[in-house]
Amino acid sequence: MIDEQLSVLAVVAPLLAAPLCVLMPRARWSWLLALVASVACFAISVRLFVLVQSDGMIVTPLGGWAAPWGIEYRVDPVNSLVMLIVSGISSVCLLSARLSINKEIDSSRQPLFYTAWLLCLSGLIGMTVTGDAFNLFVFLEISSLSSYVLIAMGRDRRALTASFQYLVMGTIGATFIIIGVGFLYLATGSLNMADIAVRLPDTIATRTMESALAFLTVGMGLKIAMFPLHLWLPNAYAYAPSVVSAFIAATATKVALYALIRFLFTIFGYQFSFVEMPLSAILAVLAVAAVLVASTVAIFERDIKRMLAYSSVAQIGYMLLGIAIASQAGVTASIAHIFNHALMKGALFLALACVVYQIGSVMRDDLTGLSRRMPWTFGAFTIASLSLIGMPLTAGFTSKWLLVQAALAAGWWMIALLVLIGSLLAVVYIWRVIEIMIRPPAENAPRQEAPLSLLAPAWILALANIYFGIFTGINIGSAKAAAIWLLGGVS
Amino acid sequence: MILWTTDLPPFVLFYAAAFAALYLRGWWRSVVMLLVPVAGGIHLAGVADGTALHLSVLGFELQPYRVDALSRLFGYLFHIAAFIGIVYSLHVKDTRQQVSALLYAGSALGAVFAGDLMTLFIFWEMLTLSSVFLILARDTERSRSAAVRYLVIQILSGVLLLAGALLWYQKTGSMAFTFIGIDNVAGLLILAAFGIKCAFPLLHNWLTDSYPEATPTGTVFLSAFTTKVAVYALVRGFPGTEELIYIGAVMTCFPIFYAVIENDLRRVLAYSMINQIGFMVVGVGIGTELALNGAVAHAFNDVIFKGLLMMSMGAVLHLTGRINGSDLGGLYKSMPWTTTFCIIGAASISAFPLFSGFVSKSMVMSAALDGNHQVVWLMLLFASAGVFHHAGIKIPFFAFFYKDAGLRPGEAPPNMLIAMAISALLCILIGVFPSILYGSLPFAVDYNPYDSSHVLAQLQILFFSAAAFAWLKLSGIYPPELHSTNLDFDWTYRRFAPQLISRITLLMNTMYQGLRNAVRRRYHALLYKLEQHNGPQGLLARSWPIGSMALWVAILLASTLSLYFITG
Repeated sequence: MIDEQLSVLAVVAPLLAAPLCVLMPRARWSWLLALVASVACFAISVRLFVLVQSDGMIVTPLGGWAAPWGIEYRVDPVNSLVMLIVSGISSVCLLSARLSINKEIDSSRQPLFYTAWLLCLSGLIGMTVTGDAFNLFVFLEISSLSSYVLIAMGRDRRALTASFQYLVMGTIGATFIIIGVGFLYLATGSLNMADIAVRLPDTIATRTMESALAFLTVGMGLKIAMFPLHLWLPNAYAYAPSVVSAFIAATATKVALYALIRFLFTIFGYQFSFVEMPLSAILAVLAVAAVLVASTVAIFERDIKRMLAYSSVAQIGYMLLGIAIASQAGVTASIAHIFNHALMKGALFLALACVVYQIGSVMRDDLTGLSRRMPWTFGAFTIASLSLIGMPLTAGFTSKWLLVQAALAAGWWMIALLVLIGSLLAVVYIWRVIEIMIRPPAENAPRQEAPLSLLAPAWILALANIYFGIFTGINIGSAKAAAIWLLGGVS
Repeated sequence: MILWTTDLPPFVLFYAAAFAALYLRGWWRSVVMLLVPVAGGIHLAGVADGTALHLSVLGFELQPYRVDALSRLFGYLFHIAAFIGIVYSLHVKDTRQQVSALLYAGSALGAVFAGDLMTLFIFWEMLTLSSVFLILARDTERSRSAAVRYLVIQILSGVLLLAGALLWYQKTGSMAFTFIGIDNVAGLLILAAFGIKCAFPLLHNWLTDSYPEATPTGTVFLSAFTTKVAVYALVRGFPGTEELIYIGAVMTCFPIFYAVIENDLRRVLAYSMINQIGFMVVGVGIGTELALNGAVAHAFNDVIFKGLLMMSMGAVLHLTGRINGSDLGGLYKSMPWTTTFCIIGAASISAFPLFSGFVSKSMVMSAALDGNHQVVWLMLLFASAGVFHHAGIKIPFFAFFYKDAGLRPGEAPPNMLIAMAISALLCILIGVFPSILYGSLPFAVDYNPYDSSHVLAQLQILFFSAAAFAWLKLSGIYPPELHSTNLDFDWTYRRFAPQLISRITLLMNTMYQGLRNAVRRRYHALLYKLEQHNGPQGLLARSWPIGSMALWVAILLASTLSLYFITG
């Protein structure tokens, strides 16, 4: 009984805890409450993941209203994996949030911060579990609005403009999505995703459907930061509070990408999206451009948070490429990379949170000798960097490997080559940072390692990069299962 | 005891020791570092041929550990080289260098015992990542930029290997590392990857660029592993590939011109290293049992004698802080033992009978004659004479004899001397009793290096080469402009070389410089363009106003819509 309601609980737990955070008399209690809610959400996600692995999809109609009329939550092999990563990353980031946020945000605004965080988490989880197209839009708005708040709380005043830009662009994206959903409703008279998919075959390939697809891909593209719609992202990541950068980078774009996968494969279907419409070509071109342009920009970037932001744009290119290949292998690579990229970017940004806490700057030139000044932070940063480059025995390698294989199997030789070139570019931009870090410190700078509560979360994610690079059962295994589930007959 | 479990791959021990070295201090660390190659070597002796580990990862059947005669010989070699290198560097108290040296040696062992391309690739990259710190550890601006160039080229080699391995898997459905051949794209890519590490002509610059910039002890490790792993990989993957004969022949000859005019004595050794690898590549290309035996045996000997020469030069650099031939001289008075060992190394590399180089080099040369490659044989003959000229005479002559530079540094530290003594002993031992080495070669040996024709031919070459050097030196030493150009740049050495060689080299140098400058100009122009567009203030990287962001959205929407409408 309780198992069937778990998916609802995963959304409601952080949603209810959010207003309670404001009521807490002390910032520290708000933090604790947020952490508890997030961990509870993670525990539920783990349980759901296990249940889905053994029993298959879990459907929960809300309020007892049957499907086409009421909203239903569906947990299946695809979104259970995304839930796992979103709630997991949120919990790990919250672990290091207390110290980091104490330093970056006034204590009077901290309860609001944790409220916004929980709302964002709740929105992201809602987006993944819901089986209703309009409900997805609602959760998208919840998560977006709260993330604007989170970003605006950055220390730097430029955070305000960054947040405002993101707000405008995010709103345009959300509008496009709701227009797309509107078209779908117009064509089918239903908002339930499964129901729309059933009704579609009669009306497919009309101008309405084509417009719906265009609006949804561009709208989602904005939230995903698909090149060239990524322009809001570098500033948003760079000026947000450190832990927010880690949380948003590892989860928000990934959930949007999941939603795109859901729209393309579950609602429109493989046949319409990739055979009748030239979506493969569009996505592939944009993805390759993302990898090459963003990686090159990252090489020249001096602000390391911005550098990682551009690297995210490039990595999102890899995920889109997997979707563009539109084979089981390609989608497997894409989903696996969603998972793995969350691990590596989470670890990198959390390591930078340590740096901000101790040194107060993430400009490349200020990090001379970091390997001696903060050896443990440097260690976590290095491991995650290796994963980002795609070094064997790290998580990053496994998904890139799958992607290259998928590209080769589809006969996309040039694309496979470009992926490898992208890895080389990653070596260059990472090396430029590492090289500065391993130089001897300029003056006799003291050893100033970050406190354990900041280090531990970064190391948890860094070690996860190695674990999932060696034992690929969870990330690759379930990504494969998810791809099979999504594509069904298509191989 | 886990050490005696036969299927424990040798690299595990080294990696574990590297990890332990992070936490151990003082002589505990030294003891552990010394024990590892000894224990590993004894362990390897107890492992039967045919031992293998199987592993299934991501749907691939991998074989991370495979022992046969070929990998075993390289396994012994790397254990010996690691031991000598560690003894030589015992005085170094730098965690970075010690840990990376252990990782580096372990990676080399991992690579030669890899039974599949995937494992090979992993260790291929680990070799790069661990060794780059040996160059960085010199902590100079030059070494830092050399390290970056080294890293980029080596990673490129890894990427080529990975791409080749993938294609190979697509083609054959197997990852096993056996004969590959160059009749397919996969083979060509893999050969290019091996070629970079092997320092094929035009792909060789990383070697002469970075090795002389490493620390005195780092170069000893570097010279032992990377290129020899590549030679092993060639023997395994491309035996009998005819093109390799010509590539190898070119490799034996062209470095000689550079080595003769080079002033940095460690760079001279780096060039002579390419020359020696050339002999091995020729052997692999010929591909008969005798030739392959020769290639492998020469790889074995080269590690020992090239290591010995590098160690002697390292000792000189360590004690005097100088390494340019023009700044040295007369050191035999204060460093008699180092001088002796250096001469033994020089005799070995020049293939004097009764020294180790002779017993393996002559195998390759005989194989070349047997296979009717007369031109190649003549090139190898020329190269042998050249080796003697630049490595056999020039190195000891300018460092230890010649004009007394007034340096009195004293003898090298005992650990360096011991390391050199071990190497020197091995050089002589193998030279006098070649059967020690022949017994471990991958194919049965029916070959006697000490028949009269070999010995006489080699002695003739050496004699005439020495005579040529003496004559050139004597005739070149008294020109009136000596005082103005004395003991300065490498251009002095060109006086000793024949005028012809000098002209050729000059021409080659100008062409090379011209090409290099042109490429460099282009490169800088490209970099400038890239920075203009991609740098923080560039078009692609600056923060855009919201209006233009929205414009992009409109453009993208319009184009997708029209694309859909056209196809729909």
